Amino acid sequence: MAGDPSSKDKIIGKRIDKFFIGLESAFKFVKRFFQEVWFPPYEFKEVIRQCYQIGWNSLPLISLTGFIVGVVFTNQSRPSLAEFGATSWLPALISIAVVRAMGPLVTALIAAGKVGSSIGAEIGSMKVTEQIDAMEVSATNPFKFLVVTRVLASTFMIPILVLYTDFVALLGAFTNVHFNELVSLSTFFVQVFDAISFLDVTSSMVKSLFFGFTIGIVGCYKGYNSTKGTEGVGKAANSAVVMAMFLIFIEELLSLQVTNFFRQL
Amino acid sequence: MVETVVKVRNLVKSFGELDVLKGVDLDLYKGENLVVLGKSGSGKSVLIKIMVGLLTQDEGSVKVLGKEVKGLSQRELNELRLKIGFSFQASALYDSMTVRENLEFPLVRNVKNLSKADKDKLVEDVLDSVGLLGTINQMPSELSGGQRKRIGIARTLILKPEIMLYDEPTAGLDPITCMDINNLINQVNEKYKTTSIIITHDLTCAKVTGDRMAVLLDGVFGAKGKFEEVFEHAQDGRVKSFYDYNFIKQ
Repeated sequence: MAGDPSSKDKIIGKRIDKFFIGLESAFKFVKRFFQEVWFPPYEFKEVIRQCYQIGWNSLPLISLTGFIVGVVFTNQSRPSLAEFGATSWLPALISIAVVRAMGPLVTALIAAGKVGSSIGAEIGSMKVTEQIDAMEVSATNPFKFLVVTRVLASTFMIPILVLYTDFVALLGAFTNVHFNELVSLSTFFVQVFDAISFLDVTSSMVKSLFFGFTIGIVGCYKGYNSTKGTEGVGKAANSAVVMAMFLIFIEELLSLQVTNFFRQL
Repeated sequence: MVETVVKVRNLVKSFGELDVLKGVDLDLYKGENLVVLGKSGSGKSVLIKIMVGLLTQDEGSVKVLGKEVKGLSQRELNELRLKIGFSFQASALYDSMTVRENLEFPLVRNVKNLSKADKDKLVEDVLDSVGLLGTINQMPSELSGGQRKRIGIARTLILKPEIMLYDEPTAGLDPITCMDINNLINQVNEKYKTTSIIITHDLTCAKVTGDRMAVLLDGVFGAKGKFEEVFEHAQDGRVKSFYDYNFIKQ
């Protein structure tokens, strides 16, 4: 019976079981990655191909988004600083915001949508059409070829994309500042580099590595474990994006705590 | 005495509460083409997937080339898999690779110190064997269903397997292409001296390619023997109806 308390308990029990089984399976997947990544054969060619797919093919979207973020953030920040007559602090304010948080976060969220979904869908459709089985029966390791390569490529490329986004966002900010405050390019960037510290850049790069790893591993995990059928492929792509975005926000929060700890030392 | 290359004893496999194989016994002799027939969902594909270690049985024994598949380490399983070719129902060609790259994929990962010239020759030879040398630089999406099947077979042949497992080789193809695939299976058997298991529910394919038939009924082999013995003089009503409903009879 639907209203029966014992049947409700069973449903809750099943959901809890499912959650922990999923957690165990995800943990095993990540563990397998770290077991296999060190040992040959190394699929260098495929890693390069994936770096191209993840990095180069994301550039147009990242460029547009980064530039717009720079322009909009500068525009929105100006009135608050103008109240104190401090618009000359705009380059410093924007550089800190972009390098510490917005650059990595915007890049990671865009990559989670673009790269995570494409990895999830690609591996999911390979699973459904027995291409992964075909690799296994030809005595090759599909995990190494499909998962290790994509996770490595994503882990390497996201930090590079973050640096690029930072640069483009600062360019967008400069464009806005230049036309409103008549600040030259050299003055703008001198203020930018004065404001940011080594710790800012390091923490941004380290968390970007984690973001990249998360996007890659979540996309691969969801694709590799997709259920049969085209519906399963769609679900894999969708849940890869949702889960990666969720984890990225958690990681951002943790990185904030860790960076603040180092800042206080 | 004829060598037995695959020996299956009391094979049991269930998926949840669904019992698919309920004690299958099978012997595959060197050089023969054994056709396994049965309705959709009768466990034909499950049987051959257990033979290559893609699935694991619940009970029973599967020995391929004298080795118990279930107990093998990953390395031993890979060594065994090199001797088995598996042609998938939907061809399972790698979508992101050209035909050449599809064929090179198992080759470069399993054959050490192969020069580019040797690699090219092997790829071209095997493509020539399936009559599709002209498609070498095409993507799988540019090929017809029949061509995809042939390339799938070529990809398995490139490692020169001793045993070929064909999963529904003629499924979804027109009758003329079906006949081409049937002839190709026979040519492969002659040229590469393979032993084959052909999973199908197409009786024309069974008659043209098979030396021996085995019909899976309710999880066990209900009939075994030559085509005429099994079908034309069938006593079992289920085998008879299987034959009667096939287009050959019509």
